[in-house]
Amino acid sequence: MKKLIWMGIITIALALAVGTPLLRAVLADNAADIKIDNFSFAPETITVPAGTQVHWTNHDDIPHTVVSEDKSFKSKALDTDDQFSYTFDKPGTYKYFCSLHPKMTATVVVK
Amino acid sequence: MEHNDKDEILHDHNHDGIDRRGFLKCMAWAGTGALCLIKGGVLQSYSLSRLPELKEKDVQAELSFVQISDSHMGFNKPANTDVVGTFKAAIDKINALPITPAFMLHTGDVSHLSKPEEFDTVQQMLKSASAKDVFYVPGEHDVINDDGKEFRDRFGKGGQGAGWYSFDNKGVHFIGLVNVMNLKAGGLGNLGQEQLEWMEKDVKHLSKSTPIVVFAHIPLWSIYPEWGWGTDDSAQALSYLKRFGSVTVLNGHIHQTMQKVEGNITFHTAASTAFVQPKPGTAPSAGPMKVPDEQLRRLLGITDVNYRRGEHALAVVDSSLG
Repeated sequence: MKKLIWMGIITIALALAVGTPLLRAVLADNAADIKIDNFSFAPETITVPAGTQVHWTNHDDIPHTVVSEDKSFKSKALDTDDQFSYTFDKPGTYKYFCSLHPKMTATVVVK
Repeated sequence: MEHNDKDEILHDHNHDGIDRRGFLKCMAWAGTGALCLIKGGVLQSYSLSRLPELKEKDVQAELSFVQISDSHMGFNKPANTDVVGTFKAAIDKINALPITPAFMLHTGDVSHLSKPEEFDTVQQMLKSASAKDVFYVPGEHDVINDDGKEFRDRFGKGGQGAGWYSFDNKGVHFIGLVNVMNLKAGGLGNLGQEQLEWMEKDVKHLSKSTPIVVFAHIPLWSIYPEWGWGTDDSAQALSYLKRFGSVTVLNGHIHQTMQKVEGNITFHTAASTAFVQPKPGTAPSAGPMKVPDEQLRRLLGITDVNYRRGEHALAVVDSSLG
């Protein structure tokens, strides 16, 4: 039992010392943020490697949605500060828009 | 053009068109509310502050109804943290009108997030209004997660397709259109082929002297396409109405009053009962605009519409809540 606890402590210590920075590095490579502000997506075009998880956050006082033109992804209504995430596994050009305010259009390019 | 200092303008005109300067003057008042009446080919326009001076015969009509719009029940951001309170004020305003309106039109964005409890609140509150019947068309906020199923189940029974319909009252033909479904990337409001075909058939049998009222959420005239304030295929819909003598188009969506007269068609947008949006192009984007508390109720409002047989157009009166 004692051995188990020690092993646990060592694992946690290792995770803190090595794993977290490593995890951060991995996340930084495979995550991207898009802001929804003033009825627009920013950046309007973003290029990311395959496997990237993209996060959209709505900063407006009005709900928006994130809907791809080919219907491959579709968020629910995002109220203020709500977030939507989608992981792009395959290379390609993904055009999307807000289905409530279709003048809002943008693109994710996956390499 | 006669112009006097009492905020009243009179135009003689023998044709259908309305003097452009007169129209602009009318529009300038719209922010605070204006009454436009056309009698015997003469446009009369009054600012709302002068309504008490109007005699009873001036407001007599064969048909009177009220338009409410953009109640956005559920909205709770700084632009208005009490949309229930301002909606109540709108109902009080309706109940204080000198004539009980025959019915109400709600031109959409009943709810903020299409939630059942938001729809419920509006339905319950409207039971205390003097006018009992309400005819709804959805706004884009009412059809968010289910393509409008919940909205149609509650408000659109008997409608066709996505929920469009028509009805007659006192010889006036009303057409409720849905232009918030299947919006295309980069586009504006959208009616769609099926609805257009239905509408063409719907008005075919009517005599050209039938007054027509069309109501829909997103404006059916191009107000400011950059902000999506227009409908892609509205010209097609309006072409079916060219032969009629009197057509009135009522919309919401832009949360401010605007009027335009084009040939036989009078366009009008209603104020919201919930929050204000900027004037076209005066801000980086549309969206809720915070105004000083003491100004808010003056910028929200309802629209009262009167129809008198034999007159060219319907009289549209905007009242603020303040």
